[in-house]
Amino acid sequence: MPNVTVRFFARYAELAGRESLALVVPPAATVADVLARVRQEIPDAAVLPDRPLTALNLRQVKLDARVQDGDELALLPPLSGG
Amino acid sequence: MMDYLTRNPISVESLLREVQSPERGGTCIFLGTVRGNDDVTGIDYSAYDAMALAEITRILDEAHQRWTGARVMLQHRLGLVSLGEASIGIAAAAPHRDEAFAACRYVIEEVKTRLPVWKKELHADGTTTWVDPTGKQVAGGLRDR
Repeated sequence: MPNVTVRFFARYAELAGRESLALVVPPAATVADVLARVRQEIPDAAVLPDRPLTALNLRQVKLDARVQDGDELALLPPLSGG
Repeated sequence: MMDYLTRNPISVESLLREVQSPERGGTCIFLGTVRGNDDVTGIDYSAYDAMALAEITRILDEAHQRWTGARVMLQHRLGLVSLGEASIGIAAAAPHRDEAFAACRYVIEEVKTRLPVWKKELHADGTTTWVDPTGKQVAGGLRDR
């Protein structure tokens, strides 16, 4: 079963009340599946958007991307750099 | 080579030193500075550092592949940046001005859509607001701007 580290940043870290969460997910789980697990594990994460911007191993991905063992999934609030 | 992310003021001279050379006859500098809207006294910048560094590397590589004679460098501030100070500096030098302008423009536009960096506005009354360029209503009854 793949181990995935979920990271929260900026406003999402404040809303979730934490900066990271370690999860064990089913084989062939997608980013969307991991997000569903996050909502189960962290009640405060229920207020996060349904389709947040996500990055897998430092690259933006869509919700149907597959996660693998050791992956880092980041939930990114709307970007406002520059 | 200089750091892409810094907690110190951005030095235009340092950026220029990274890109200028005798064969590059056109140089552009872009600075993004903290605007004095409403009662904002400064902006606190935070980042997903590892991804920001990876994205900057990718964006600069893309610019160098697209404008092969150009050399582009950028620095983004993190932490508290006061009104009027630069939060980002980009220098682009190329043999001719067209490539310098184009490469500089490319890099700032890609930064805006790809760099995992967030702004928290600090207000005169001590409150703070996360900036949301999408302007959408967010959870918890709070509204980002």
